[in-house]
This record gives sequence, structure tokens and C-alpha cells, in this order.
Amino acid sequence: MKKYTYTDKKDTRSGFGAGLLEVGRKNEHVVALCADLVGSLKMNDFIKEFPQRFFQVGIAEANMMGIAAGLTIGGKIPYTGTFANFSTGRVYDQIRQSIAYSGKNVKICASHAGLTLGEDGATHQILEDIGMMKMLPGMTVINPCDYNQTKAATIAIADHDGPVYLRFGRPVVPIFTDPDQQFKIGKAWMVNEGSDVSIFATGHLVWEAIQAGEQLAEMGIDAEIINIHTIKPLDEEAILRSATKTRCVVTAEEHNRLGGLGDSVAQVLAKNNPTPQEYVAVNDSFGESGTPAQLMEKYGLNAANIVSAVQRVMKRRQEQ
Amino acid sequence: MSEDIKKLEDIASQVRRDIVRMVHACQSGHPGGSLGCTEFFVALYFSVMERKPGFDMDGIGEDIFFLSNGHISPVFYSTLARAGYFDASELNTFRKINSRLQGHPTTHEGLPGVRIASGSLGQGLSVSIGAARAKKLNNDPHLVYTLMGDGEQQEGQIWEAAMYAPHNKIDNLIATIDYNGQQIDGATEDVLSLGNLRAKWEAFGWDVLEMNGNDMAEVLDVLAAAKSRTGKGKPVLILMKTEMGNGVDFMMGSHKWHGVAPNDEQLAVALSQLEETLGDY
Repeated sequence: MKKYTYTDKKDTRSGFGAGLLEVGRKNEHVVALCADLVGSLKMNDFIKEFPQRFFQVGIAEANMMGIAAGLTIGGKIPYTGTFANFSTGRVYDQIRQSIAYSGKNVKICASHAGLTLGEDGATHQILEDIGMMKMLPGMTVINPCDYNQTKAATIAIADHDGPVYLRFGRPVVPIFTDPDQQFKIGKAWMVNEGSDVSIFATGHLVWEAIQAGEQLAEMGIDAEIINIHTIKPLDEEAILRSATKTRCVVTAEEHNRLGGLGDSVAQVLAKNNPTPQEYVAVNDSFGESGTPAQLMEKYGLNAANIVSAVQRVMKRRQEQ
Repeated sequence: MSEDIKKLEDIASQVRRDIVRMVHACQSGHPGGSLGCTEFFVALYFSVMERKPGFDMDGIGEDIFFLSNGHISPVFYSTLARAGYFDASELNTFRKINSRLQGHPTTHEGLPGVRIASGSLGQGLSVSIGAARAKKLNNDPHLVYTLMGDGEQQEGQIWEAAMYAPHNKIDNLIATIDYNGQQIDGATEDVLSLGNLRAKWEAFGWDVLEMNGNDMAEVLDVLAAAKSRTGKGKPVLILMKTEMGNGVDFMMGSHKWHGVAPNDEQLAVALSQLEETLGDY
């Protein structure tokens, strides 16, 4: 198992804030909008440097999505910022008609996704957003794993012509990816090459997968871990190559079991190379208040759950 | 009547013929609101807006228009075709399979002249505000026009946008409401009363004008007045009183023709009331 260490921890939303500032400097067409959550989205540095290119919309997310769509007409590249719940479920029809169907170059940047939002509880902990967004034709869906990767993704999406859903979170998590990485949309990242099982993880679950990989190594299991930061378009080649080698798969995500990364992977496998698969995901339920760690444990999303999913899926492979 | 107004009314007569023929040909669509807004569209595209030849999505260096109440696509499509964005013969494909003229307007099929999809109501004003902001960022002095329905005022997003534009001094935008008092299920007063729309928009901080949308001379005058009131720190709104079905006697004054197509006989009666001025497609 390749060794991953970290010296610093930060929230992925701060990676977004840093990336937004950098891409704002690189590309004069980049503008930003926010629906009364500037501090939470870490947009202050961008606003300070580019006050003319920032639009405070107030608590009016539908209007924000429409204004963003309009800003593209005239060549702007708008980045919208609010919580993931208000970035998707609240404004699904606005995104569907004014952005996705209209083919507008809007970057929907969504913080506080999933259970790790914590104490605010289920009203804010959206676990359905990846599903909703990936179903929209032409939408790119990205869920990076740490500060550095979120920053790199925030910068990279400006060069992609088309709507993007960029999902990140609130909690402070280890920074373990390269600060100088080139983020390639749709290109999965090989975290660890292995031969016994494929673990496809996204977002905060990538670090959990690495910890699971270390525990599995001690048990003599050689896990292949792949970071699927782009859920759509999915790197089908990387998934099939790995699944063909290991012949058993675990998917891990901070999302409902229905409609997320796991289902995307399952569809690729079913069509090309049916393979036993176990899901580490929320089992079709809402969340609740609690600390992120408590919630990840209660809803079965931590490293221990990945380890037991690996054991289950390896047993299923053996029985085949 | 001045020569200019006569010319525009001739175009309007042809657009009305196009509308009823399009809706008849596919036996679906929305003739009522389309006929009511014909003068507005013709005035906008043939007199008021400064337009560049051809079509590019960004519309930099020209006035641009967004249709928010997308169901009145027949009048939009006919006007775009007659204004030269695409050949009028394509109107024959309206609502049919493999057409660029979808039931509700879209950019998805690449139809020149359309800059946003609309149909799900309440979204166009927000889009127009975004486009107006982009014009300001680009130092483009041209204007953004948009049309909404009156029933559409029941959508919440309209009032988010209504609050945003005056606060941010979006004064390069002229929004118009087609105030015909009708929606699918009946009169707006019966379905969900709009109250005093003028007072509501003024209370939100808009500069409000009113006009009879079925009087070409008045439409030209009020659109000119609206234009002269841009650039003064406030967004401009026109309450445009129209008659649904205007120009075809049996379609006027009722919500019945909101979304119903005429049969062969009714088409013949309608066409007998509308002079063919530019040649049918």
C-alpha cells in the first residue's frame, strides 16, 4: 500500500475559495455570484480583489441561477456559490431549463454537501445532489477529495465549455494530494495499484478508502484504490480495467446509495463486465444532527465500513 | 397613419397569418397570447431594437430580447423568420418531429434568434438581468428586452428578480408584461388575483409605464419612452394591456384560445380576417 501522509488539514470549501481567486486572476471572464453565504463559501478573497465581478444575490437561489445563465450571454463564466442543497434541489428546474437545456457555461459550486455538514441536520445535508445533477444531459459532475484537488478542479472547470456541478464540503480533512496537480476532468486518479479488490471512492470517502487500504494491507489484502473525482463523464476505461483485474468492486461515497457514484459504476459493469459490487453509501435515508465523525459512523461511511464491504465482496467473488 | 406604422401593421398582419397557420398545421400550440403580442414583437424587431445582421449568441454590440413566457412561441418564431433569422418556410416544421421550432423555444436545436430556453415559467427576467449585467461588464451600451406573461407573475422567481434589479440599478433593461388578464384555467382575477400590478412593481422600485399593446402607434411611442428612461438608475417595466386572440374575432376576449388550435373551417375564417402582405410561407 502506497503511503499517504499529511501535514495539514483544511476544508475543501477553502480549496474552492483559493481556486476561485486564482482562476479569477487567470481569466478575466470569470465572475462569481452568491446567495448570502459568502463566508461559508470562502469567497471573500475573490470579492476583495474583484468587487466588480462579484454579485451578491441575497437569499434567492432561483434568481441566482437565472442571472448566471444570463451572464454567459456576453461571454462571462459565472461561478455560483451556495450550499449543495440550495444549489440543486431548490433550483432543479432553473438549472434544467435555463442552464443545462440551454447549454450555458455556468459553474454551479456547491458547499456543505452530504452528512459532514454536521449539526445543522437533514434539511441541509443533501444526499441526492449527485444523482439529480448527473441525470441532466450535458452536465459535468465533479466531487474532489481534498483542499488541493478542490482548488485544482475550481481552476480547471473554467476551461471546460459547458455546465459543471462542483461539489465540496464543510469539514476540515487531511490534505494528501499534490498541490501542483493538473486536474483533468473525467480522468480518474490512481491512488494505489492493487490486485485483490477495486475501491472506487469519491469526495471525502477517498481518505477513508486510503485508511481502509492500510488496514486491508495489514490483513494481507492488496486493494486498488481509485479516486473518481469526476462522476460524469465517468472514466469507464479506468473502472473496467481495474474491475477486470480484481473481479470485485467497492464504491464509496457520501451520498444516497440510489443515484450516486455506485449506480454509475454498476451500470458500466453490468453493461460490459458484470462484477460483484458492494456499496458504501447512505442507505436511502435522510441524515440528522451530529458531529461529522458521529454521522459518518452511524450512517456507515467510514474506513471500517469500507473494510467490511471489501470482505463481503471478496467472499461473493469466491462463491461465484 | 404614417407610412412607417402602415408598414409595421402589414408585417403584423402576416405574422398573425403565420401564427394561425402554424398552430393549425400541427393542431397544437398557443394562438391566443401570440396574437395578442403581435404588435409588440413586430415593433421590437422591425423598429425599436438595434440589431446586428446574422446571429451570435453573445449579442455584444446589439439589443437583445428574451421571451420568458415561452408558450407564445408562434409569434416569436414568425417574427424571427420574417426578420431574417431563418427562412420562413421553416415555420412549417413548428412542433413537428426533427424541427428546430420546438413547442417552447430552445437554444438546444440551434435556432438563430433564440438565446435561452423558456417554457417553465418565471425564469426569463432573471436571465435578462444576467445578460444586462454582462452588457455592463462589457461596456456595451445596448439594451436587454424581455417579455413575461401576466399569469406568470404568480411565479415566485419573478419577485426575486423584481427585488434584485432595482437594488442593483439594472437600468439597461426594459421588461414588459403581457397584461391580457387570462391564463389557462380562466381569468387571472379568478385563478389567483394579481392585484394592482403597477403598484406592486413600483413598490419594488421599478419605473413603470403602461400601454395598449394592440395599438401599433402607441406601442412605438411607449417603447421609445421606455428607452429614454433607461440609464437613469432604475429598471423599466411596461404593463402592456393586450387582448388575447387579437385580430381574429372569434378568438378575442376569452381564455378559450390560450392553447387550442383552430380546425379547417376556423382557419379559413381567421385567414379571411388577416391580409396576406408578405406572402405566406
